Amino acid sequence: MQDQIAVFISTELLKDPTRKIAFDEPLISSGLVDSFSLVDLALFIEETFDVRIDDTELTAEVFDTIEELAALISARSTS
Amino acid sequence: MSTVTDVLYRTIQEEPDRIALVLQSPDGDQAITYTDLIRGALGYAKLLEDAGVRSNEPVILLLQHGRPLIEAFFGAILHGAVPAIMPFLTEKLSPERYRQSLAALIEITKPAAIITYPAFTDEVVRARKEGDSVRSVILWTEAKPPTDISWETLGGMRSKPEDIVLLQHSSGTTGLQKGVALSHRAVLYQLKTYAEAIKMTRDDVVVSWLPLYHDMGLIAGFIMPILLRSKLILMSPFDWIRAPYRLLSAISQYRGTLSWLPNFAYNFSARKVRDRDLDNIDLSSWRAVINCSEPMRWKSHEDFFNRFSKYGLKRQALATCYAMAENVFAVTQGGIESPVVVDEIDRRSLLEDQIASPAKADEDAIKMLSAGQPIDGTSVRVIDAEGMDLPDRHVGEIALQGDCLLSGYYNREDLTQETFLGRWYITGDLGYLVDGELFVTGRMKELIIVGGKNVFPQDLEELAMDVEGVHPGRVVAFGLFNEELGTEEIGVIAEVDVIEDDLRLKIAREIRDQIARGTDVTARYVLTVDRGWLIKTSSGKIARGANRDKYLQESA
Repeated sequence: MQDQIAVFISTELLKDPTRKIAFDEPLISSGLVDSFSLVDLALFIEETFDVRIDDTELTAEVFDTIEELAALISARSTS
Repeated sequence: MSTVTDVLYRTIQEEPDRIALVLQSPDGDQAITYTDLIRGALGYAKLLEDAGVRSNEPVILLLQHGRPLIEAFFGAILHGAVPAIMPFLTEKLSPERYRQSLAALIEITKPAAIITYPAFTDEVVRARKEGDSVRSVILWTEAKPPTDISWETLGGMRSKPEDIVLLQHSSGTTGLQKGVALSHRAVLYQLKTYAEAIKMTRDDVVVSWLPLYHDMGLIAGFIMPILLRSKLILMSPFDWIRAPYRLLSAISQYRGTLSWLPNFAYNFSARKVRDRDLDNIDLSSWRAVINCSEPMRWKSHEDFFNRFSKYGLKRQALATCYAMAENVFAVTQGGIESPVVVDEIDRRSLLEDQIASPAKADEDAIKMLSAGQPIDGTSVRVIDAEGMDLPDRHVGEIALQGDCLLSGYYNREDLTQETFLGRWYITGDLGYLVDGELFVTGRMKELIIVGGKNVFPQDLEELAMDVEGVHPGRVVAFGLFNEELGTEEIGVIAEVDVIEDDLRLKIAREIRDQIARGTDVTARYVLTVDRGWLIKTSSGKIARGANRDKYLQESA
């Protein structure tokens, strides 16, 4: 799951497939994923993992790394 | 009605309980009456008085989009001081860069006070220099709305029409050193003439998500509806960008009639709103959706209309406007009484001869959207390099004149001198006229507009130069229009000495990081090149336009 998210961010959001993103690398607080792309990230997660991330949750306080995002998805898909 | 304070005074006398605005947030909607608004504002006016801030002294507001910002803004005006809103620190910005921006703002603007959050005072302290103009850092938490509104003692009651009522800045170090100073008279005249142009009445309902530190959000999406008593539904740009359907829900819920959007928002809304968020949405009340503040695209209007027409969006609601802070806001307006004029021109003739010839069949055509005609009291000319009027369809620099124009760039008489030709303000934008309709084709000035935000390339270049391996004066930044997004993206090219791919990649990423953390935009394309790649002018300066063209040719 973490790999899938990382690939999506580098190819679709950053348009730089060679960019490797560490699972503990800050995404939002670093500006790597800018605010224009947050909706795309939410749409991707919903379509791929069938888990809804509310727009109010698209902040660095809720998740800022791929690890944290994956944990959020896992917690939701089992509940 | 000679000052903003007078307008508010009369509003309180006539309709104290009228709703001034509804502030939306994910937690719920908050309706604020004029009495609530003025009482809230007076809490700030009192703090400014206690701090010894005098009439006509600037006050910087370092507050996020929300009620304290709104009240502090009007509080400063009621006190007779001059508010300037600085964009708040977002989570991605490095605090160090933000301090530099704040320091730049303080140095030129020389504010007497800064209003901010308790948790933010440390930042302010760090940005300050010894002996600067700031006499007081005021905390919003100390503002106490009075029980009674007493006007007699208010400093703002003594403001004169020619006094400066507010300062508007673009973001970034360069923008923050260039505050557009606007008088009460200019602002009120703009509201009057612009309201006539868009036929705005007290029955209109304005819905806005635009930031208040930008002219479109501050004037069209905030001051105008409040002073003209049209209901305002206001949400935060932070909430909208994460959930663009919120604008459409608000239109539906409040029977919204007017909105202003930068071009990218048409593309963004058309592409990113989910169907399930549009259940029961009715957009039929929306009588004007006005495209403004970055290049306007025919395709963006079409995509927006095609996506939302089944929810009641009317085609005649699509409108256009050419605006700038230097004219308070609007210069021209199109698409209100009749549809926006579309001019199909020959691409080759535009690029090679700077003439917008009507396209003949099977030629490569561009569909230009007219920005409409000048609003009353504002005149527009298109001039050549010698300042002479050009005939219709000849592209030249747009100049304007009228009673909405700025009093000057605050404490920057040098800049004010540079941008005026006699009484005409030279905009730095390029365009052509056809039968009184203005078409904006590009820019002389080296400014990038990303999602409606003005970005100065020199700020981006400065940031890139801080990266190890990048040398001063050997970087260029420019904008590249992305049709799919409907806005410009940022390209940066840096000459480097290292030749190893991995080292170059590292430098490119660091440039990207620096820009992400140092500005409120991100760089999409970062290219590292060999020494000697960049084209320089005869005076040794980096030629931004020429390098942009070279990049486009090489990457084509």
